[in-house]
Amino acid sequence: MSREPVDLLALCRGIAASAAPGEEIEAFAVRTRETDIEVFGGHVESLSVAGIDGVGVRVVANGRQGFAWAGSLDDDVVRDTVADARDNATFAEPDEWSGLATEADVAGVERARLDLWRDDLLAVPTEAKVAFALELDRVLGAADARLRAVESASYGDGAVETALANSHGIEASLRRTVCSASASALAGEGDRTQSGYGFSVGRTFDELNLDAIVAMAVERTTRLLGARQVPGRRLAVILDPLVTASFLGVLSAAFNGESMLKGRSLFQGREGEQIAAPGVRLVDDPTDPTMMGATPHDAEGVPCRRNELVADGVLQRFLHNTATARRAGCATTGSATRGGFKSTPGVGIRALALESGPKSPAQILADAGDALYVQSVSGLHSGTNPISGDFSVGAEGLVVRDGAFAEPVREVTIASTLPRMLLDIVDIGSDLTRLPGSTAGQTVLIAEMTMSGS
Amino acid sequence: MLVDPGLLEATLTTALAGGGDFAEVFVEDRRSSSARLDDGRIEELVSGRERGAGVRVVRGETTGFAHTSDLGPAGLADAARAAASAAAASATGTTRQVALGGPGREATPDVVVLPESVPKATKIEMLKRADDAARSEGGAIRSVSAGYAEGRRRILVANSDGLIASDDRIRTRFSVQAVASGDAGMQTGYDAPGRTMGFEFYDEFAVDEIARRAARQAITLLDSVPAPSGKVPVVLKRGAGGVLFHEACGHGLEADLVERDASVFAGKVGERVAAAGVTLIDDGTFAREWGTFAIDDEGQPARSNTLIDDGILTDYMWDLVRARKAGRVSSGNGRRETYQELPMVRMTNTYLAAGDTDPEAIIADTDFGVYCVQLGGGQVNTATGDFVFGVTEGYLIEGGKITRPIRAAQLIGNGPAALRDIDAIGNDFATWTGMCGKSGQSVPVSSGQPTLRVGGLTIGGTAA
Repeated sequence: MSREPVDLLALCRGIAASAAPGEEIEAFAVRTRETDIEVFGGHVESLSVAGIDGVGVRVVANGRQGFAWAGSLDDDVVRDTVADARDNATFAEPDEWSGLATEADVAGVERARLDLWRDDLLAVPTEAKVAFALELDRVLGAADARLRAVESASYGDGAVETALANSHGIEASLRRTVCSASASALAGEGDRTQSGYGFSVGRTFDELNLDAIVAMAVERTTRLLGARQVPGRRLAVILDPLVTASFLGVLSAAFNGESMLKGRSLFQGREGEQIAAPGVRLVDDPTDPTMMGATPHDAEGVPCRRNELVADGVLQRFLHNTATARRAGCATTGSATRGGFKSTPGVGIRALALESGPKSPAQILADAGDALYVQSVSGLHSGTNPISGDFSVGAEGLVVRDGAFAEPVREVTIASTLPRMLLDIVDIGSDLTRLPGSTAGQTVLIAEMTMSGS
Repeated sequence: MLVDPGLLEATLTTALAGGGDFAEVFVEDRRSSSARLDDGRIEELVSGRERGAGVRVVRGETTGFAHTSDLGPAGLADAARAAASAAAASATGTTRQVALGGPGREATPDVVVLPESVPKATKIEMLKRADDAARSEGGAIRSVSAGYAEGRRRILVANSDGLIASDDRIRTRFSVQAVASGDAGMQTGYDAPGRTMGFEFYDEFAVDEIARRAARQAITLLDSVPAPSGKVPVVLKRGAGGVLFHEACGHGLEADLVERDASVFAGKVGERVAAAGVTLIDDGTFAREWGTFAIDDEGQPARSNTLIDDGILTDYMWDLVRARKAGRVSSGNGRRETYQELPMVRMTNTYLAAGDTDPEAIIADTDFGVYCVQLGGGQVNTATGDFVFGVTEGYLIEGGKITRPIRAAQLIGNGPAALRDIDAIGNDFATWTGMCGKSGQSVPVSSGQPTLRVGGLTIGGTAA
């Protein structure tokens, strides 16, 4: 590119140093470089090579917080952005708990040394990435006679650099790479069509497994061929690892300290109580480098740590950033998250998973006997009331009879409540599956749910 | 003009220097501002700005794309070269000089009051008014959050066909969420209208009305009973069900999905796909609606397109590149979230046209069923047409009368089947404001419909 790349940490330091007396300033800057390739019908449909720079500035004065962001790191834009944030702060109402991370917040927890950056990803020529995506399309198309078409095959990677500095002297910077590929297949005709996808994810190109993507897409597409609606009843349900991960994503709001303080958590005031079946352990551990959401520090520059949310079925704690921790009278759990440079830090998970059990998925099926195996759910966010925990979601999958897969099922809903589901956990599989997002999942057997169908 | 026409010509010429069938520069300048009240307190004001350009080069079947936040000659030339090399690293071609047409028409937005000209204090005061109004509905209201949002997006598109066109879009939206608490737990109510308008939006939409509606919904649901399960007739109140047809039918009519054979509507133009009387329209020119614009994000004029006419499938929705391949004109449905992404086929304002039945009569004619007043988000598998929607406000219909509110209900069904199963169409109409996501890009859309009845949809409730 024509311009020298800006030193992100130096830029953030400069902004933080412009704080007036009585004013706190935090700057968070991001630079990403991404490649995205879409293949369709044996040719490259699109190839995009792009980068984004941006900065978000938070100003706190007299307990009032203002924020502004810009998709540019140019000096004049940055100056205007700081001025906007300062002006916005004058209109907010004071909050005695607002403020930025201080030395006290970062003390006591060692910053994990995580190796999340792979130089070799940046050295892979675009041609090799294109060849991978084309090969994925070709191999999937020829993998199984029952497949009608490859709906899509794609490759994507990104190199992300972030920096943060605030006027209390807190600083943090991070570099990480990520690389993924996925493909989706179609089988069956007309309104009997089924689609299914497979994916692979890693920190660099060599970690992608083309054969695994193909095998996954073939299995998930073909085993649903001929799926039909079945009569509703109450029955045991086995969640696919991807479905478990999706449910954990929805459930995570219940452990959010900000929701808890606003009276919107399912588990309000229930620390120390049994909220899940005995033996269930639920952990958010961003310092585990095998999780794709891993990071040594959170969105305020506070070191991340392993947070046990549920141990032996008992609620241990809520997650906090510095502001919610101050209000709750506890310490931050290093759980500040932000949706890029365009938003202020909230509270969130990064690497949430249940602790695996000893059984393989096959053993879980065998022990369940009769159940509904749920391969995918739809409408999980719209179908779940995060406050009451009631949920009813669309599902497709397979009937499990005598411990083995039987006929495929579509157009049914499964319903229960999130608290009930946690208490109804019977088995957690040994097959922890890591996903591009902030959760991971195993095959999980739930004692009972209501299935609605024909 | 965001970028001088001479520089656009030079950028397009650079983009095609190594050959290529088509090149385009999309320039954008975006400003947004929002404020949020939660728990009775103005939490935060946020301002954002973004500007840049995306360059794409189409060569054969391949599109190369790159973008830059540097609108100067060096930044644009770099992006043009990157897009060109992405489109075709190996092929060779002839150089083309691009000349743009006459000076593009500067769009003049139909806006009375620019939101950015209104003092921040006025906007803050509106949030507090909403908070008061929601709480005035009753002591059961436990908490209220309210959001103010304004956005301005100026775009400029130039391409190697000589096109140069611009648009200036100003959007305004206000949202309120209320939580009520009762013996059987907590319930939420939500309302969030938005329009492609300036601050005069608030002459039409009073913030206290928006707030009271959200609060009343939450309070009503406190008395709700668990929803039944099974296949029942479903009456969708005007405005409530447009989103269902957007998801379950509209997406399947997007030419990119049809081309991939990932739509149940592929190959069905001219065939009956819906009950007689069902007419589905996508209209980017719908005055002041949330999904309205003068030109789409490929510089093509917005149009009103009839997709299903009296039950017969008449056409799909198209973007420029797919329309060129098919030898036809774009339907004005090429959209992108920002300059950082490629455009694709997207809906605008999608609605089912009104019929001639009295909506009251539709309910009176239903012995047992569910009356949906508001749907939450939904999801559809376009390959099968299967959809699922959360019912955020719904009631039982018993003996032709609306009786008790229901909770935790999910509607599931199949888009084409639901279209064929519409057996009553009301003579009323309303629209709904939303954001539509596709392949990671989110764009503003609206949907609409008269009160209508679908003969049978599966409702998945929690009643035993």
